[in-house]
Amino acid sequence: MSAVEFTGDPAAEREAAASKERHARGHGDGGPASKRIVVGYGFWIFLLSDIVMFSCFFASYAVLRDATAGGPSGKELFDLRSVAIETACLLVSSFTCGMASLAVIERHAGKFYGAMSVTFVLGAAFVFIELREFATMIASGAAPTRSAFLSAFFTLVGCHGAHVSAGLLWLLTMMAQIFAKGFREDILRRFLCFSLFWHALDIIWVAIFTVVYLMGVTV
Amino acid sequence: MLGKLSWNAIPFDQPIPLIAAAIVGLALVGVLVWIVAAGHLPYVWREWVTSVDHKRIGVMYCLLALVMLFRGGIDAVMMRSQQALAFHAEGYLPPEHYNQVFSAHGTIMIFFAAMPFVIGLMNIVVPLQLGIRDVAFPTLNSVSFWLTATGAALVNISLVLGEFARTGWLPFPPLSGIQYSPGVGVDYYLWAVQISGVGTLLTGINFTTTILKMRAPGMNYLRMPVFCWTALATNLLIVAAFPVLTATLAMLTLDRYLGFHFFTNEAGGNVMMFMNLIWAWGHPEVYILVLPAFGVFSSVIPAFSCKPLFGYRSMVIATMFICIVSFMVWLHHFFTMGAGPSVNAAFGIATSIIAVGTGVKIYNWLFTLYGGRLRFDVPMLWSLGFIITFMIGGMTGVLLAVPPVDFLLHNSMFLVAHFHNVIIGGVLFGAFAGLTFWFPKAFGFRLHEGWGKAAFWFTLAGFYVTFMPLYVAGLEGMTRRLQHYDVAAWRPWVLIAGLGMAVTVVGGICFVVQFVVSIRRREQLRDTTGDPWDGRTLEWSTSSPPPAFNFAVLPKVEGEDAYWIMKQRARDSGQLRAEPRYHEIEMPRNSPTGFVCAFFATVMGFALIWHIWWMVILGILGAWATFVVFAWRDVPEYVIPAEEVARIDRANRSHRREALAAEGAAT
Repeated sequence: MSAVEFTGDPAAEREAAASKERHARGHGDGGPASKRIVVGYGFWIFLLSDIVMFSCFFASYAVLRDATAGGPSGKELFDLRSVAIETACLLVSSFTCGMASLAVIERHAGKFYGAMSVTFVLGAAFVFIELREFATMIASGAAPTRSAFLSAFFTLVGCHGAHVSAGLLWLLTMMAQIFAKGFREDILRRFLCFSLFWHALDIIWVAIFTVVYLMGVTV
Repeated sequence: MLGKLSWNAIPFDQPIPLIAAAIVGLALVGVLVWIVAAGHLPYVWREWVTSVDHKRIGVMYCLLALVMLFRGGIDAVMMRSQQALAFHAEGYLPPEHYNQVFSAHGTIMIFFAAMPFVIGLMNIVVPLQLGIRDVAFPTLNSVSFWLTATGAALVNISLVLGEFARTGWLPFPPLSGIQYSPGVGVDYYLWAVQISGVGTLLTGINFTTTILKMRAPGMNYLRMPVFCWTALATNLLIVAAFPVLTATLAMLTLDRYLGFHFFTNEAGGNVMMFMNLIWAWGHPEVYILVLPAFGVFSSVIPAFSCKPLFGYRSMVIATMFICIVSFMVWLHHFFTMGAGPSVNAAFGIATSIIAVGTGVKIYNWLFTLYGGRLRFDVPMLWSLGFIITFMIGGMTGVLLAVPPVDFLLHNSMFLVAHFHNVIIGGVLFGAFAGLTFWFPKAFGFRLHEGWGKAAFWFTLAGFYVTFMPLYVAGLEGMTRRLQHYDVAAWRPWVLIAGLGMAVTVVGGICFVVQFVVSIRRREQLRDTTGDPWDGRTLEWSTSSPPPAFNFAVLPKVEGEDAYWIMKQRARDSGQLRAEPRYHEIEMPRNSPTGFVCAFFATVMGFALIWHIWWMVILGILGAWATFVVFAWRDVPEYVIPAEEVARIDRANRSHRREALAAEGAAT
């Protein structure tokens, strides 16, 4: 891509090649970065924007945490044991997602499908436990319409859950893509984005676990 | 089956929206019939609708902006004429209709006129100025555009089916809550803005990545044209601010649809949280709009002064300063909330400080003009009109930044005059300057000079006659959004403002005539060299309109004003640089993904507004399936052979050689 000019002078050519080496890594002035870097970088920016969105839900949760309107508070509602299992599922699923990345580097289809399947099962278990928690709360009269605190709780945690569910759909699509097309360059770039997404959901969950659940039961 | 939708949704009792909708509908059908009948459909589909070329997408953005500017302009005419008539009287717009008109006017002008205009200009210009062939994600760019068009379509559907919001351009609760706005108006607002907001966010991601990761060899940060810097700042702001809008509107949506209590008056809801959240997006938003305009002026003023931009580095610093500080001033939109003197003072001071960045820019433009060889072409006129008008608007803004003053002027016509002063004088003048400046780049011929000048002078005069009296009316206590009034002291000012509106309309007509005349006389106005204004940055180094691949060989950048350096070398040596070795070029293939995805988004948005749940699911599945189909394609690119590249580039080189020879003969 970079327009290195060939002058016929070996020293100048070496200098040009060295300069290309220094600059052509997507830092801009060495010419456009490679597709892999551009795609990964763009997806990072997307993840940052997603985290900004979550920060709004975190902020509104922090503002409304004590606005229970006479209804139940987090201390009465949260069951740390089930949240701990949920957390374990999600964190281990990130590990297995990492195993899938290693399988991609090896171009090993069997390991890839195995690791992705385990990731899917763990992610689905996470969503299932979360939905069961929501159902229990709603059945006990702690629905999001009960108080501003519960509105903020269901929105923040539910938004993360919706992200995990969308991630599961994406995960299946990625498996189907590898199955149909093999380890093609553009599909590997997509897989890079998927794994970034999956790990980012962990980061957000750690914040939810701390701010919502751990701080929720102590105060 | 159809949710809340029934025949009652059509406002048979209100002739104005029905007639308006009929005209819009007929025009749309007419254009479609003409396209099909004249056999243009394959061309329009292949070259425009499915195009992923940033220049084409930019042109479509600008076109959408102009159409919506017209629609919002009609709303403005209705508001000014209503107030001119409604002294001790009812006027011709009933209150519930008037409320929809001012809400639609603001929503349309910000989200569907100003935003597409600046994004359109960035689309056309940024990759060309960076010396590259396309943006980072071309298909995503098309998705962005069509999602914006979806939002605009939903706003226009509200004319004939149901109603639009009556809450103002920002839906403040509890008025926008389900209790006080039970109709579909706020829902139209929410889904139109939400869907187009996703498109804008994707644009932000796309352009941030493009500017940071894809520049021509040698173009380090401090060689980027200032327009690219302002585009970078704007897109960073989009990435940081639009998710806040998404989250805030999502919370309001949950309140309205599922009975949540974020912003309600009962069960612990907190209305002022909405104000804080929406303005945490809203204030950066005004800089999202105005920074690209600053970039336009930083391109136009040096070109028509025949001088490099004065104080390039201070311009860059001022841009990034504004980018950051724009997140620290949001509370000045509600000093009256009662946050206390220390909080108000802090935000008042931050608001005054942000004007310093703009002040630096104004001085830089003035010093660029100083000692230059000035040419007063239309883009330059808009730029000079901007400097004066924007300074007045900026100073009234600093007045409003003083909390005690704001307590008196909050929600008055003074405020209305102030933000029109900066948005028209800043964003719109910038957009028009950019449009006239880069039109020959996009289409290969200039806009007609005489009609352009007429449009400028009438619009400028119309602006002053409309809004200066409104400052006075505001100081005399006139509040905004009045459907009728009975204070005699306001009457003359409101009438003068109505007259100003008429003058502005003449400007608008001149603007339209300018296009018609220019298209008819395009052969006389043709520019063959690709450099009609003696430009300084890389977009002028390629032909007009540029080929799909923009540059036959990526330019090698050796300093600020990269093209000026190349051109001076050619002028000194009397010849163009040696013909490069041409290679084949890979370009992204067209894709209907954006259009199809937006179609399903429109279906989904419409179904959500009217609670047609099966159709919502259909829309979501359709959009997902579209992306899967896109992900399944095997050949994402096509190849332009080296001979074709050579043929196109040689044609442009021969025109440039002639121009150079003519210039040499003249001197």
